[in-house]
Amino acid sequence: MTAALLNSAEEAVSVVRSGDTVMVGGFGLVGAPLTLIDALVDHSDATDLTIVSNNIGEPGRGLGRLLRQRRIRRGISSYFTSNPEAVAAVNAGEIVATLVPQGTFAEAIRAGGAGIGGFYTRVGAGTLLAEGKEERVIGGVRHVLEEPIYADVSLVYAARADELGNLWYRRTARNFNPLMATAATVTIAEAGEIVPVGALEPESVVTPHLYVDRLVPAA
Amino acid sequence: MTDDVKARIAARAAGELRAGEVVNLGIGIPNLIPGFLGADSGVVLHTENGLLGVGPRPDGDEHDPDLIDAAKLPITALPGAAYFDSAESFAMIRGGHIDVAVLGALEVSAAGDIANWAVPGRDVLGVGGAMDLVVGARRVIVTMTATSSRGEPKVVAACTYPLTAAGVADVIVTELSVFRLVDGELRLTELLGGATVDDVKDVTHTPFVVALEESHAAR
Repeated sequence: MTAALLNSAEEAVSVVRSGDTVMVGGFGLVGAPLTLIDALVDHSDATDLTIVSNNIGEPGRGLGRLLRQRRIRRGISSYFTSNPEAVAAVNAGEIVATLVPQGTFAEAIRAGGAGIGGFYTRVGAGTLLAEGKEERVIGGVRHVLEEPIYADVSLVYAARADELGNLWYRRTARNFNPLMATAATVTIAEAGEIVPVGALEPESVVTPHLYVDRLVPAA
Repeated sequence: MTDDVKARIAARAAGELRAGEVVNLGIGIPNLIPGFLGADSGVVLHTENGLLGVGPRPDGDEHDPDLIDAAKLPITALPGAAYFDSAESFAMIRGGHIDVAVLGALEVSAAGDIANWAVPGRDVLGVGGAMDLVVGARRVIVTMTATSSRGEPKVVAACTYPLTAAGVADVIVTELSVFRLVDGELRLTELLGGATVDDVKDVTHTPFVVALEESHAAR
């Protein structure tokens, strides 16, 4: 399906329901969909959310705003530490943290979007982060079974989109966005610039429009 | 740890890198290494948030908000650079396409086990790409001071901190010496900064083989 082009981030995020799993792109705040996050913070009542994001924003910025509203029940991330308030919330028992090695995190999202039921990786074997996970020796080396990650809603940022929802990313703002765009029931993209159909070189499209359900301009 | 000590460790570690190698530098001392690589070193830097061909840090006015390294600090990209998403970045890492990872550690054991992400009793909420890098890179160089801030040896018989991965370190560079792990043996191969073998023994909590070689630092 092609994306619905909306002018309102508020309308776009109205699909998020309490208890949902929401993926949010970005490495720190670079490539984070700040317009959509702010709309979720300011115009949605959805709470009890599971957030899948490499970091939980920064204090009072990005997902750090949602954290201050205590609307995050669980976080799945490789690096909570970049927001001290997220660390404090975990230590106070306010949110449940699932820490995942960054490459496993990325691959689990890729698997979720690609219909893969899981994968074995050497990463984490024999460490705290593999406790309770199924293991298998492959080629004489311990591997850990990692399950895919899939979300109800993904929020992603692209520097440029066309009106169909084809996405192009800029520099290191790409990071987790193309993966997350594939791995949710509803993918909402915000774009720095929205150009007419045909204005993006087909070869330069990173996320083809079939992954994108809703498209809004970045604020 | 003084800046001078950090710089000496970084300078010596830079001497381990060869033209044509693709190298990922961790946060801390490894991040000082570019300052000791000549402009024509031929070393290609990879950052796990999605860039091959990392250039020098920008002057203030050149700062591009979409261009950061894994420490979330501004960088530049060199001619010939390539951008990619996080799943591809970690496919490069796990798939053995990164020649060298240089990273800091809390402890390294005589068997090459590395502990660098968690301190028991404190938060264990940030792992980032460390586990992926030490498992996937073809050569792993640890840069660290010989002792902790409390004066405890960091090269030990067995790690007491939570492991990043077992049996993965190849080289350890401290301000006093270079160790190499070869055929399951911890070898002292070089003394630095006027240290003696006894000086190194005093701050190393495990037996090692003395196998001094000519310095590689000037290469």
